[in-house]
Amino acid sequence: MMMSSLHPFTIFLIGGILAALAPRRWGGIIVLLTPAIGMVNLLAMDPGAEWRLDFLDYRLDLFRADKLALLFGYLFHIAVFIGALFALHLRDRVQQTAALLYGGSTIGAVFAGDLIVFFLFWEIAAVASVFLIWARRTERALAAGMRYLIIQVVSGLLFFAGALLYIQETGSIAFDYIGLDGPASWLILIALGIKCGFPLVHNWLTDAYPEATPTGTVFLSALTTKLAVYALARAYPGTELLVYIGAVMTVFPIFYAVIENDLRRVLCYSMINQVGFMVAGIGIGTALALNGAVSTAFAHVIYKILLFMSMGAVLHVTGRINGSELGGLYKSMPMTTTFCIVGAASISAFPLFSGFVTKAMIMTAALEEGYGGVWLMLLFAAAGVFHHAGIKIPYFAFFAHDAGIRTGEPPLNMRAAMAIGAVLCIAIGVYPAALYALLPFPVDYEPYTISHVLAQTQLLFFGALAFIWLNLSGLYPPELKSLNIDVEWLYRRAAPRLAMAVGEIIGRADRAARRAVLDGLDAAILTVRCYCGPDGILARSRSTGAATLWVAVLLGISLVIYYARG
Amino acid sequence: MAKKHLFDDPGNVKRLLRAIYVICAVLVSLDLLSLRYGLHAWESLPGFYALYGFIGCSALVLIAREMRKFLMRKEDYYDDE
Repeated sequence: MMMSSLHPFTIFLIGGILAALAPRRWGGIIVLLTPAIGMVNLLAMDPGAEWRLDFLDYRLDLFRADKLALLFGYLFHIAVFIGALFALHLRDRVQQTAALLYGGSTIGAVFAGDLIVFFLFWEIAAVASVFLIWARRTERALAAGMRYLIIQVVSGLLFFAGALLYIQETGSIAFDYIGLDGPASWLILIALGIKCGFPLVHNWLTDAYPEATPTGTVFLSALTTKLAVYALARAYPGTELLVYIGAVMTVFPIFYAVIENDLRRVLCYSMINQVGFMVAGIGIGTALALNGAVSTAFAHVIYKILLFMSMGAVLHVTGRINGSELGGLYKSMPMTTTFCIVGAASISAFPLFSGFVTKAMIMTAALEEGYGGVWLMLLFAAAGVFHHAGIKIPYFAFFAHDAGIRTGEPPLNMRAAMAIGAVLCIAIGVYPAALYALLPFPVDYEPYTISHVLAQTQLLFFGALAFIWLNLSGLYPPELKSLNIDVEWLYRRAAPRLAMAVGEIIGRADRAARRAVLDGLDAAILTVRCYCGPDGILARSRSTGAATLWVAVLLGISLVIYYARG
Repeated sequence: MAKKHLFDDPGNVKRLLRAIYVICAVLVSLDLLSLRYGLHAWESLPGFYALYGFIGCSALVLIAREMRKFLMRKEDYYDDE
């Protein structure tokens, strides 16, 4: 602990407390300064520094700064800084405090050297992040945030159970390579998989992120899924199952992205697709593939927040985000349009943009390791990314038919944040060596070969050609006011309906049983009544005369019998 | 009279499209020089990336269009929860 610098989380914790207590007009500046100070602190730090804490029988390791952790540490500082600049105009303590605690705990988790510390930060991040959704202060956001929180908590519980089992099995709390072996490792993988957006458990992301505030989504899109990618890269490199999961993740969301109307939700589907590339790279597990996965994560965070910022800017100034209600905004928002196109070119991996120098490493590694089929899926997905994120987002927001919206550019801080994102996207694309130097393994890969540039531009330009053809021939599905059901339908519609149906059956059986018992009782009462009731045969009153007559008759009969026997 | 913007003039849209067609033609004809090489057998086929990009994107959109038939709901589908 003999350090002049502070633990990365401490700075964010202090910033978060200050943001919560300071006068409102300082909030934005505090949120902006925190990651800046954090970055300086991190750069000045000795990576070999130790923060240990004795807890029960364990020595917790709060700081492990190898190359992998440092890369994600830098990345998250940059992302929070850009997000903070984008949100500088806010006067909302909830969002400001939440953003700092969320960012700080995500960074804390990255530097966690053991499973317990990782889990604690991971849970703080989950709880802090939901406030960025609730801060939208609409009923939809409130409900979506609740669903989001439940799923985050489930993921946390699975991780906790897995970690406890794992610690019991191995006797060590260290957070290193785990690999798929035994129930503990499966539990941890599923927990990480939920946060990564594995197929079938991806839905929390597309459900909740588009409901967050225009600025909140920027933080959300940068942090949670990429923390999970970091954890997968640390604990499950070379796990073959991940190759196939990743490949499926790259493919299925792009179909949804094509028909989705909410442009921020389109970006969410595209995010699952992008994380799919990373997951596949981690699964392949060679040095090239892991470098590819990690560098894609780095480039992805920047271009994805750039895209989310451009859509957040549109939402901020127009109040609309559906493709069906937008169009023609390039006329009044030319700068935002340009930034969005830079983000679109980067995610599509155009040469000279960041996606080009990163994603290709995963593709090459897939072929080197003999995953030909997976490579074809990834290539299809790479073309599809261009289609839905590269073309659709800018086209329907800024071009297409003119929706008649006349507005202006967003505030200066938003433009500055987008400008930084755009510059970084191009800088990484033009000078990848700087990023390559940060990667966990030495890089022996040259992105700018004639072959690679030609192949990628052919893929992209003919993808664009397909878009033009489909549009001109009227085959392209129009943006419609609608929603598309996804897995959430199972728990938002099918499960409640099933519960209702089961309840109905139980209710009917219950009613029938009660009816039967009541009917039986009624019958019994009726019988008793028949004999003993006021008109019952046993309760009928007789006149004294009739009774005397009957007594006389009986006496007479008994007399006759008596004589007859005698 | 409102300000005329870049794509208000259909001529500009046409010019942009024509530029893309020309770029596509140039890109695919470069394959005749066999500048590309690759690890996958299909990669060295002339026009592979062009064809894959075009077919891939068209298939993506046409399949997604069909998916609308069973996935699409009204915007307020979940609002009665």
